[in-house]
Amino acid sequence: MAVLVYTENWDGRFKKSTYELVSYAKAISDMMETTVVALSIGPVEDKELEKLGDYGVDKIIKISDDLYSVLDNQVYTRVIADVAENEDANVILLSHNNTGKALAPRLSVRLKAGLVTAVIKVPSSVEPFTVCKKVFSGKGFVHLVVLSEKKVLTLSKNSFELVEKKTKPGIEEYSPDFTLGDFKTRVEKVDKQTGKLILTDAELVVSGGRGMKSPDNWGPIEELADLLGAATACSRPVSDEGWRPHEEHTGQTGKVIAPNLYIAVGISGAIQHLAGISSSKCIVAINTDPDAPIFEAADYGIVGDAHKVLPELITAVKEYKSEN
Amino acid sequence: MKIIVCLGNVPDTTTKIKFTDDNKKFDSDGVQWVINPWDELALTRAMELKEDSNNSVNEITVITVGTLGTEPTIRKALAIGADNAVRIDAEPIDSYFVAFQLAEYLKNEEEDYIVFAGIESSDYNGSAVGSMLAEFLNLSSISAVSSLEMQGDQIKIFREIDGGHEVVSMSAPFVTVVQKGIAIDPRIPAMRGIMMARKKPLNVVAAVECAPLTEMLSFELPQPKPPCKMIDADNAKELIDLLQNEAKIL
Ligand SMILES: Cc1cc2nc3c(=O)[nH]c(=O)nc-3n(C[C@H](O)[C@H](O)[C@H](O)COP(=O)(O)OP(=O)(O)OC[C@H]3O[C@@H](n4cnc5c(N)ncnc54)[C@H](O)[C@@H]3O)c2cc1C
Ligand SMILES: Nc1ncnc2c1ncn2[C@@H]1O[C@H](COP(=O)(O)O)[C@@H](O)[C@H]1O
Repeated sequence: MAVLVYTENWDGRFKKSTYELVSYAKAISDMMETTVVALSIGPVEDKELEKLGDYGVDKIIKISDDLYSVLDNQVYTRVIADVAENEDANVILLSHNNTGKALAPRLSVRLKAGLVTAVIKVPSSVEPFTVCKKVFSGKGFVHLVVLSEKKVLTLSKNSFELVEKKTKPGIEEYSPDFTLGDFKTRVEKVDKQTGKLILTDAELVVSGGRGMKSPDNWGPIEELADLLGAATACSRPVSDEGWRPHEEHTGQTGKVIAPNLYIAVGISGAIQHLAGISSSKCIVAINTDPDAPIFEAADYGIVGDAHKVLPELITAVKEYKSEN
Repeated sequence: MKIIVCLGNVPDTTTKIKFTDDNKKFDSDGVQWVINPWDELALTRAMELKEDSNNSVNEITVITVGTLGTEPTIRKALAIGADNAVRIDAEPIDSYFVAFQLAEYLKNEEEDYIVFAGIESSDYNGSAVGSMLAEFLNLSSISAVSSLEMQGDQIKIFREIDGGHEVVSMSAPFVTVVQKGIAIDPRIPAMRGIMMARKKPLNVVAAVECAPLTEMLSFELPQPKPPCKMIDADNAKELIDLLQNEAKIL
């Protein structure tokens, strides 16, 4: 028995969400009295791999062959499934991000393992295996039992705290025997946002809605975000209008995020918007309308005109920064 | 070429969520059912591709695993413009069960085809059926797709990666799991479409035996939030103090 965790890397680096996932794997393995095996695919230096040992990994399997630099969902699924079988893993964990969402369902079918996506807590019991996730876009929770012997889970970002547990995992190289011909996914071009904080990674977010009135009014939002080290976001009509790029659209039909702080400026708080941000640890709302529904979701609120409040906030943050 | 759009039937996104039977069941009393928003956009993109003479898309089929109660939703998809529909007659128990049923039906498909599925159902938020279906059918799948273009047999797909996107080329058959961007505004049925939909074929097929792998035990509503702490507009500084000392975020 083992818990297998797929530790995705970005240009050879792990992210905080990788360590959250590993901490989560460790918690489950403690409940099941078994070990944690991490699988890393792609070129990652051993020094980076060893960081997984800060969170309780017992063994690391790495595949460093360049062939696997393209994410082909079919090939990756077979590779992970083979490792799961070699390691006799009965729980397989992935992050609930683009890659995890693409691979976990395929693994579930391949291993005939019950799947629960976007789990938010450790299982309330492992016998029967019972986990909790959000449903109805955050308007409810469900407790599910996984009936099969094997299980596949994806973990929501920012829902599980890092827990340090030093180990000295051994690193083993593994060479699956796929060839280029097995890769049906042909990547023609890669476009990456450079130099910008990625919204789904950000711990702090400043977001603007239609109440900002015009794309020309975004200066203060960007300045505040910059000062805080926050990413910028927006409501759907704002991205639909082309005021802001589509990557910034949060909500049910955009990005679902869970930062520590979400500042909503000139956003009414429609149910579909809240679906994307209600997991934020702290929500601040700035709105001229005291009855705007955003105040029901917010922890702190200011009733006022964004064009007056934002400059004051910027001054206050500058003061705070010079004092600290 | 044929496009097959997987159609989920979900409560309207503004539905107030309630549970019954000791929180064991979703209370569907008075619920307005709609096409899952992603599937509505997928269907819209499928229509655009069919109307464009630069490619060989000539048929759109929508397929649902659901009971008789899902037929109004299926008829709506026909009214929007799908050519025909399939309903696999079963309660969708879990995503594994649903994908298995879809695969059993589609495995006999002979023509070149592409399957469109949505990134998630707005009810149980599974994010699973499309990719599961691909694995059952042993097909490639491309996920997080925000655009799909066709020029003859050349298919170009934009898939989102963390902080950017990749342009991927594919050839049919394959499954694509679509998200924001695949189409901008969903089409709404026109009067003529609604009339025509009544005559379009809706093929009902029996489900195949399959045991689900998960079971929903009980539901819960979120805890009510404590009331929002209001700060005077002239006192922005106080917000920063609270974020620092009370919420301990800064
Ligand atoms: C199927 C479906 C899916 C959807 N998905 C999403 C989604 O993913 N994300 C999303 O955001 N929306 C989504 N929507 C749209 C959603 O219903 C709302 O229409 C949208 O969120 C409103 O955006 P807004 O708050 O920016 O604009 P508005 O609702 O117009 O609100 C503007 C707010 O700004 C305030 N305001 C005005 N002037 C000022 C000022 N000077 N200073 C401060 N405040 C001011 C107003 O009081 C108001 O509350 C979806 C809708 C549907 C039907
Ligand atoms: N009962 C169903 N019948 C047909 N397709 C479905 C059904 N449920 C989900 N799907 C498809 O799978 C996608 C993802 O759903 P889910 O995995 O349930 O989140 C949806 O957008 C639909 O395209």
